[in-house]
Amino acid sequence: MTIPSTETVIPHEPHFVVRMGRMLWADKFALCAAIFLVVVLVIAIIGPTWLGELATKQNLRGRNLPPFDWERGWVWWMGADALGRPLFARIIVATQNTLMVAAGAVVLSAVIGTVLGLVAGFSSPRINQVIMRLADVIMSFPSLLIAVIVLYVLGSSILNLILVLSITRIPVYLRTTRAEVLEIRERMFVQAARVMGASNKRIVFRHILPVVLPTLTTLATLDFAYVMLAESALSFLGIGIQPPEITWGLMISQGRQYLTNAWWLSLWPGLAIILTTLSLNLLSNWLRIALDPVQRWRLEMKGRKNG
Amino acid sequence: MADHLLEVRNLSVEFHTAAGVVHAVRDISYYLDRGETLAILGESGSGKSVSSSAIMNLIDMPPGRISSGQILLDGIDLMTMSPQARREVNGRRIAMIFQDPLSHLNPVYTVGWQIREALTTHGSSTAEAASEALRLLRRVGIPDPEPSMGKYPHEFSGGQRQRVMIAMALALRPDLLIADEPTTALDVTVQAEVLALLKELQRETGMAVLIITHDLGVVSEIADRVVVMEKGELVEAGTVREVYKNPRHPYTRKLIAAAPGKGEMHQPDAAGAPVLSVGDVRKSYGGFEALKGVSFDLMAGETMAIVGESGSGKSTLARVLLRLDEPDAGSALWKGRDLFQLSPADLYKLRRDLQMVFQDPTQSLNPRMTVFQLVSEAWVIHPGIVPKAKWRERVAELLIQVGLQPDHMPRYPHQFSGGQRQRIAIARALALEPQLIICDEAVSALDVSVQAQVIALLDKLRREMGIAFIFIAHDLPVVRDFADHVMVMQKGKVVEQGTVREIFGSPRQEYTRALLAAGLDPDPDVQAANRAARLARAS
Amino acid sequence: MLSFIRKRAIASLISLVGLIVMVFFLSRLTGDPAALFLPVEASAEMKEQFREIHGLNDPLMVQFGRYVGDILTGDLGQSLRKARPALDVVLEAFVWTLWLAVITMTLVTVAAIVVGSLAAFRSGGFFDRFSSMVSLIGASVPDFWLAIVAIVVFSIQLAWLPTSGTGSIHHWILPISVLFVRPFGIIVQVVRGSMISALSSAYVKTARAKGVKSGPIIFIHALRNAMLPVITVIGDQAASLLNGAVIIETIFGFPGVGKLMIDSILQRDFNVVLAAILVTAVAIFLMNLLIDLTYALLDPRIRH
Repeated sequence: MTIPSTETVIPHEPHFVVRMGRMLWADKFALCAAIFLVVVLVIAIIGPTWLGELATKQNLRGRNLPPFDWERGWVWWMGADALGRPLFARIIVATQNTLMVAAGAVVLSAVIGTVLGLVAGFSSPRINQVIMRLADVIMSFPSLLIAVIVLYVLGSSILNLILVLSITRIPVYLRTTRAEVLEIRERMFVQAARVMGASNKRIVFRHILPVVLPTLTTLATLDFAYVMLAESALSFLGIGIQPPEITWGLMISQGRQYLTNAWWLSLWPGLAIILTTLSLNLLSNWLRIALDPVQRWRLEMKGRKNG
Repeated sequence: MADHLLEVRNLSVEFHTAAGVVHAVRDISYYLDRGETLAILGESGSGKSVSSSAIMNLIDMPPGRISSGQILLDGIDLMTMSPQARREVNGRRIAMIFQDPLSHLNPVYTVGWQIREALTTHGSSTAEAASEALRLLRRVGIPDPEPSMGKYPHEFSGGQRQRVMIAMALALRPDLLIADEPTTALDVTVQAEVLALLKELQRETGMAVLIITHDLGVVSEIADRVVVMEKGELVEAGTVREVYKNPRHPYTRKLIAAAPGKGEMHQPDAAGAPVLSVGDVRKSYGGFEALKGVSFDLMAGETMAIVGESGSGKSTLARVLLRLDEPDAGSALWKGRDLFQLSPADLYKLRRDLQMVFQDPTQSLNPRMTVFQLVSEAWVIHPGIVPKAKWRERVAELLIQVGLQPDHMPRYPHQFSGGQRQRIAIARALALEPQLIICDEAVSALDVSVQAQVIALLDKLRREMGIAFIFIAHDLPVVRDFADHVMVMQKGKVVEQGTVREIFGSPRQEYTRALLAAGLDPDPDVQAANRAARLARAS
Repeated sequence: MLSFIRKRAIASLISLVGLIVMVFFLSRLTGDPAALFLPVEASAEMKEQFREIHGLNDPLMVQFGRYVGDILTGDLGQSLRKARPALDVVLEAFVWTLWLAVITMTLVTVAAIVVGSLAAFRSGGFFDRFSSMVSLIGASVPDFWLAIVAIVVFSIQLAWLPTSGTGSIHHWILPISVLFVRPFGIIVQVVRGSMISALSSAYVKTARAKGVKSGPIIFIHALRNAMLPVITVIGDQAASLLNGAVIIETIFGFPGVGKLMIDSILQRDFNVVLAAILVTAVAIFLMNLLIDLTYALLDPRIRH
């Protein structure tokens, strides 16, 4: 007896990159955000070597130069700070530190948090409890206050800043990963792998992690924005990045004393922060849909309609 | 024209999806009179639920769109009514109950509140609603109706929740009740009770019932007339008897032919030593005893079916045998070695011999792996079965063996239909060349016509490769066609064991007889006789 | 219900103990408190005296035992600058912060729920797109930047509102408005997402089949279910208000616990800093417990 094979038309599946590209094209806001972030990233990489000198050279005649002076070079378009340094150039140079601290903290906290989450989700109830209580403790720590003290005691440097910020963000990844692991490990395909004799290592890396990864990516994008704001806040308080290093947060703080007569000193770096955070938020919203097989159709449909 | 209570005329509904416009139903027409029961019969994807959603104004637009047609209630087109008037119809004149009452009841309000809301929405006073809700709960047979009013949906059993749904739907004595797969998730005995309740209530109130189902048995039990749907089109209509005895459309014929439980029963050889010998297995979760000492023997190359309702412990037994859960006590001798005593290293080696096929292939296949990866993963875990150079060749062979094609290898599970996915899961199990496959409700999530194909495939594997099966199911007719031996379980205990002929031909235990009697036969005449016998026994 | 509360309370208590231990070791292991909290020019004698007074020469475990004992008796030492018990100083400031947080979060919660629910009900419509944009921007603005912009505009240019301090109701308007923005932006998005999934759920379908009106469907059927994830986010945001008002308090000269903390660090007032951390942490703990209780109140399934 032959088994009749059920033939149905199996839809053609485009490559992952092509597919993501199409979905990005479908959401114009996310597209703009992505382009903006790429530009920011490029600036962060080349900024200091490109304009480093110009951004630190004092020019006392140009003190608090107002913006929109089209006569001078483009670096002066945003005006100059209290020491006559061009703001546009300084913002560009500050990009590197700003992004580096945020990226460092996000990567560190995401890796540690995810590993702890996987361990918590996969180990005995007791270890699980210990890890979760630890997360609770960190969560209820007044994180900004602790950061203030730790930085005050240890002295502020980029590395310390990254460390402090990442510790406060670990619980976010830990809890998400653990919750997902607890749910996914009960799914049938994980059970099926166990029936075949798959090791725990294989189950974690081959079956569970790929399913958790999209959630974590979305979370990390959102968290990048959060950490950036936290870093700016600490730098604003004077316990983050120390001059002559600069970040956007520090620039706002430096402009604060000239608020009444030179508002632009604080305005531009603030806008840089807003635009970057906004882009990250937009991209994160898009990722949440694009990486979710259940919701993806919304974007794919829109892309089709748009052409 | 206006004599019909409900008339659906030339209804077409389309959905705008990523894959383009899907015509969910195309130009369908049917009618329903007072006091009458019409069944809409169809498999998954047939669009059988779409017209009822249109009647209830439950289609989300967009992405849905009603592109043509009329829905007449007492001759008045529902679709030209104001939203206000339309809402007044819902609940008062037409009510609806659904499959899966747990998710269709609001989890954060008490059932009493939810029934009262149905009444107060349409103008009852609070006091009236309270006493009426209590009366309704009592009428649908909820035990201790008074305290039950203050309970939440998750505190009831599946059958009770469906009774609550019915109470809520009938609160305002509607002219028409729409029941969308109302008994699909329920055990057979509970299904019989719920259907009986529906019939009783119909006699009392004279309402019309529109029942949507995939199950021929349900149709023959409850319906007067039936319409058959396939891929959005209405292919056949008539009285239940007419359609069953003289199906005109080839699809209807196929459906009726695929109904399980009509084939020749197996006659196992009596001789042979058991390959698996299970003795007195016990397992509790917390204080709940899921298995209270289960013993059985399985012969090489034979099929042992384990049947029972939810809570019988049949799935726990499968999990324990495969050491997905650790048993509390007992033994399972596989070729003389106790599975429960094996060290992890020995267990890993033995995994090759014992494989499992799960209920829902959508969930048992990792959605991010291709068919090739899914099948060949077995050889990554157990190196040495197939040399790496031959993997593609061997996967191709296995795919052909289960009725798929080699060029399906680079595809992902979601690109296949349910039946095809279960074939992939079977190919994966075969990759390890096992001697025993445990199927946990392996066909119950599939459409009837697909079910028959998968069963045929499993039967072929058993005959050609000598694989033994433990076949766990709640559906007796499926078991009848496939099993050599049957074991009936209830509340963690074995009620009765025997050859398939013994169990189906001359059941000794009352529970087994009740299970068999509760099963619904697709033949309306047989079913009517069964019903009469059941009533006679009950009185 | 009672057993649920007990379980959560015990879990919180364990965490609280962990926190107290961590605060102690953080304060001792990160360096010599004498060096940190005395002026740089302090002599060796003065440092020795400082250590003697605060028992810093005893073995670590003895110090720890004394510290725990002090906490249990509610004695967190004297403020070095104000010659008053540190706990009193902190609690006085904490009341200000608490008021600020409670008023802000109440406004945020009400506004976010209304806006988020309406956006979800007509998702894709004009109101939805408008509120999505507003909430996204709100969630992206650094509060300290917003604070100084607000000061420039409303206090300096328009001279409508005072720049800093307390006293009249006008002093509260700017801090609350600035603190409002980010939590509002974040919570609106969560409410919207959660409401969209609640509105497409099966039980809403049932309610529609019963003929229930749109109002009750949104605010009775869907909202209570949708609130569960929202509550968690409200808790997170309230916690970050309790400890994150540092900057806003500093900018607006608001005498809350955040400003006290910064001042105490600058004045090297050791005991006040520790007391402030402890009090804030306890407050966040209590709030988390409150969140758990709200959870149980909203969802009967958690109670069992």
